Amino acid sequence: MPANDLPIIRALGDSAVLVEFGDKIDPLINQQVYSLDAWLKADTLAGVLEFVPAYTSLVIQYDPGRLNVSEALAWLNHKVKSCPKENNSSQKLIEVPVIYGGKAGVDLSAVAAAHQLSVEEVIQIHSQNEYAVAMMGFTPGFAYLSGMDPRLSTPRLSTPRTRVPAGSVGIAGVQTGIYSIESPGGWQLIGRTALTLFDPLNQEPFLFSPGDKVRFISISPAEAETDA
Amino acid sequence: MLEVLSPAFVTTIQDGGRHGYQRYGVPLSGPMDWFAHRAANCLVGNLPEAACLELGMSGAQLRLKSDALVAITGAGYRLLVNGKALPIWTALWLHRGAHIEFSKVPGGTWAYLAVAGGFQEPQILGSCSTYLRAGIGRRLQPCDILSVSGTSASRRELAGRYLPEDAHPAYGAELELMAIPGPHIDCFSQSGLESFWNETYKLTPKADRMGYRLKGIPLTHSNGADIISQGMVSGTVQVPADGQPMVMMPDHPTSGGYTQVAVLATADLPRLAQCEPGIGRLRFRRVDVEEAQEVYRKTLASLEAALLEDQEDWMLL
Repeated sequence: MPANDLPIIRALGDSAVLVEFGDKIDPLINQQVYSLDAWLKADTLAGVLEFVPAYTSLVIQYDPGRLNVSEALAWLNHKVKSCPKENNSSQKLIEVPVIYGGKAGVDLSAVAAAHQLSVEEVIQIHSQNEYAVAMMGFTPGFAYLSGMDPRLSTPRLSTPRTRVPAGSVGIAGVQTGIYSIESPGGWQLIGRTALTLFDPLNQEPFLFSPGDKVRFISISPAEAETDA
Repeated sequence: MLEVLSPAFVTTIQDGGRHGYQRYGVPLSGPMDWFAHRAANCLVGNLPEAACLELGMSGAQLRLKSDALVAITGAGYRLLVNGKALPIWTALWLHRGAHIEFSKVPGGTWAYLAVAGGFQEPQILGSCSTYLRAGIGRRLQPCDILSVSGTSASRRELAGRYLPEDAHPAYGAELELMAIPGPHIDCFSQSGLESFWNETYKLTPKADRMGYRLKGIPLTHSNGADIISQGMVSGTVQVPADGQPMVMMPDHPTSGGYTQVAVLATADLPRLAQCEPGIGRLRFRRVDVEEAQEVYRKTLASLEAALLEDQEDWMLL
């Protein structure tokens, strides 16, 4: 679907609407998702419960006891047409200090070898781009980051690990991301950050919000100690 | 106050769910059987989405530490208070020290205990629903104490109120469930779709608060099983490459990367939830959104309308 066409809007079951902007992972499509997300949040409708953005789509959940499907669809059709093209809510840039390689990133050498790059080159490439939080999911606070240099694109592990520590920075295909809590996982682990991505008891429980910008900063284990 | 003597295999606190955080990857949670949860609260005069104790998959024993108005609802459980069988779907005035036993029997999977005033558990991200995978809430252990907000005394006159059986969802082991076609029906072969709407699927033992896995004639895809991850709701039926459907339940991941063939009607989620893993057999009946919403609204209205006052004196228990 060309980026300037209107998205497809349809019911998702009896309690949600799905708005789809395209069928490929693309920063411009993702930006449209967040433009609509911000537009809807700024002036919402009674009975609408929450918005779940993803790479190419936005799910709007509502209470079917308060809204019926034709009301929900009519509201969204109207809002989509009036949505400004550039309405990105988040201009936040979050810097993430990372220890690359060693025990913190056990797959770094394998990723480098797979692309005939040195470990230093992988670190340099991974930490030079600015990324966007394209969506969150998998576990609370887990950020799927878009914008990785395609030279680092690496398939998932053929057998996922049963235990990946919180803060692990991984690569899966063209995506990079950070494990928010200890969990099983199949991404190639290249480093780790000491930042807390999810703390349910904190005033601000999530380090990232959907749509945020992210930059990785390579630090040595010694620097990590002084930071702490 | 309520003391846990021995918890069920799955014992959690659930209110109406944790709204507003699915965009951060936090599941909605909330009850597996929203009807039984809501009914338990209505019976004791609570707000419909107040926190209840949810028990699943096996029996449990509790002890009441103060006089209280309680209601137990759900399916697959018999209730014994101080060794005496008492009805569920009924508001009961129980005395301090009462020994409450949930005895697991066939016919269902989840039970709810509501207490007048509601449980006073800490709210995390605006809800006291337990989500253990991310460390939200606690795993209930023997000797744990659950506090209750306020006192039941003012609602003592509600004792004896009950929800007659004809107002309960039609629980059972052989179910026909209403389903709305999902967003990816074009990704399935014609024969795959026909299987989904016409064949019977078994509910496998792989069933928990995240999702229920089904097994039957595989749904063949026409162009691969993977999609770009997108948001899901409870009742979404995802079909991975093996062609076996998985139905998302309240603790489901917020997004999924498999084709979605259908979404179950909200009104029928309680019946699927209560279906017994390893035993249940399911068929899907295609409905449109309008029909599913109408049934849902009628179900809500009939719950309030069906509550009956009973003359029997439960005070003596």
